[in-house]
This record gives sequence, C-alpha cells and structure tokens, in this order.
Amino acid sequence: MIVVVAAVVVIAAIVANQEAPPPPPPPPKPVDTVVLLPEADGRPTAVIVTPLKGGAAITLDQPLAAARAGDSGVAGVTLTPDQIQQRFGAALSAQPPKPLAFRLYFVEGKEELTDESKREVEAVMADIGRRPAPEVIVVGHTDTMGANALNDALSLKRAGVIREQLIKRGIAAGSIDAQGRGERELLVPTADNVAEAKNRRVEITVR
Amino acid sequence: MSLRLSTIFGVLGSVIAGAVLGLSGAAWANDIGQVKTVKGGVTVERAGKREAAPVGFKVRATDVVRTTADGTVGITMTDNSLLSAGPNSELVLERYAFDTTTHAGRFDSTLNKGTLAVVSGKIAKQSPDAMTVKTPSAILGVRGTQFVVSAAATDAN
Repeated sequence: MIVVVAAVVVIAAIVANQEAPPPPPPPPKPVDTVVLLPEADGRPTAVIVTPLKGGAAITLDQPLAAARAGDSGVAGVTLTPDQIQQRFGAALSAQPPKPLAFRLYFVEGKEELTDESKREVEAVMADIGRRPAPEVIVVGHTDTMGANALNDALSLKRAGVIREQLIKRGIAAGSIDAQGRGERELLVPTADNVAEAKNRRVEITVR
Repeated sequence: MSLRLSTIFGVLGSVIAGAVLGLSGAAWANDIGQVKTVKGGVTVERAGKREAAPVGFKVRATDVVRTTADGTVGITMTDNSLLSAGPNSELVLERYAFDTTTHAGRFDSTLNKGTLAVVSGKIAKQSPDAMTVKTPSAILGVRGTQFVVSAAATDAN
C-alpha cells in the first residue's frame, strides 16, 4: 500500500513537472545598426537608411546619429561612444590609410620639374614607403598655351616622366598608373593660350 | 566642313589617347580595389572558388569577402573609397563601375553579417545616389562620407 502511494506521488510529480516546462526564451531578433561618423573638417554628411521590409526611411545627418533596422522597420537609436567602440572598433582599426594627393609643377613647355617640386618628390616617396601595397596614380596637366592635341601629348609625357622617375627609385612599375588630361582640368581657369605655371602640373595620388 | 574634320580628328585623337592610356595603365580594368590591411583569416570567394586574400590582393565586382572570428580586412577601392570589416563578417562587392575621367560610377555592396566601416570616395561625391550598402534589413544611401554599420547582430547593444 505504502509502495503504491509512493509510486503515485512520484508519478504525479513527474507528470506535474512535464506539464509545466519552463518557457524557452524567445530568440533575439537580428538587427542592423548604422552610425554616422563625424567628418574631420565638419563638412555636411548623411546616410539615408531605408527599411527593406516596409516603413519610413530615416536620414542620419548629425555626427553620431544612429539607426537600428529589423523586421519592424527602422528607428533612431542612441549609442554611447563606448558602445560604438565596442561594436565597431575592430572594423575601424582595419581601415586602410587615407589616399593622399600631391602636386608637382613643371617648367613652361618642358617635362622638367621646378626646383621646389623636385623636393616634393621626396615627400611622395616617403608616403609611398609608409603604405601597405601602395598604388600611385600620376595624372599630367598643361596650361592653355598651344594646341589641344599637343597639350594632350605633353600632359601624358609629363605623367610618364614622373612615372619613370618613381620606377628608377624602386617603385614597382605595375603599381604606377600614368594618365594625361591635357588642358581639360585647369587648376587656375584661364583663357586659351595663357601661360600659367599653376596649370603645368602633375597630380599624384598615393593610396 | 573644317568643323566636322576637327571633330573627327578629335574623336580619333581620344581613341588613340585611350589606347595609349590603356597601355600605360597599371591595373586590369576588372580590378576594382586592393586589400591593404589583413589580420587573422581573410578570404575572397570568386566564381565559387574561395582563396586567402593577403595584402595586395586585387578584388573584383561580385567578390565575396569574409573574415574569421579573429579576422579583419581593409580594402581601398579605385575611387578611393575605404571599406574595412571586423571579425565574422561577410561583404559582397556586388556591383562596381568607375569612370576615372568623369568620376561617374556605381557602387553597391551588401553586408550579410558582421561589421563594416566605410569612407566613401569619388563615386559618392560625384553623384549622391550612386553608392549603396545593403544589410539584411535596410539599404543605406551614402550622401556623406564616414559611417559604420553592423548586420544581423543579436547581442544586446
């Protein structure tokens, strides 16, 4: 008798246990988070966040403005600098060095650099040396003296001269791109056939 | 007549110049960017084949870039956009076109998971609707330059 009662109690306890299982926590819904970062020079900036599953878009246009997007649309959120660092620190620290631009000037009608620009080449070399897998884009320009076709050729020649100099100094030929833009992109706008030293230049982007 | 002739010569001239520029060009036209920073495991999947992507690796449109749990990667695109991904990320460089003369172009990428920091380049500067980053729940139109985005995160903050 006692054994039967005990067995019933045990079975009841098991049944009770099975009838009230602990509810599983709902799985967290995946969300996407966007944070607009401030511009170094305070220029206006914006990212427009449009939900894919319906609802209104949000425009982030203030430094550190943030939004979260999920199944129920997009909503503005506030993240502390610590939270931003914790979530995005690794991605931010992997950022490649920013591309840098240099300008070299030429003696009128020639492919020869001015003395000051010869020194600037040293700065270009130093910057190339600091970068992982550096790429160099050399774009030649002329002033408006002479015919367009001649200036196209001269601008490409100027870019080529600089490219050769960089190759001679050990930069891999395959990493330097030389282009000529003739008199299409004047740094100082002038009429045709005007000698302007600032327009006789090569612009170098190192990235 | 002389106007027409000069137009023809102008076109011929630019064709020839284009050919010369093509010869002096350093990168294949198909290359759209280069890996500049690598930490831990970084792979690129292209046409179904996955390979390690070291510093100097050249990426192309439709490449899928992945990082491992200890991996990060930084890529500089030909329009000077900078993309960098944190650990456990999957980034698809879906569509990319950039005209180095006019700076017109199109850059659409998708972050399926993980984290991404973006500094937009000449494509977004030239035309404000030309660059987008998609996540599982949203599409980001890039008007300004610097932002960070995380995709499909289930943690608290």
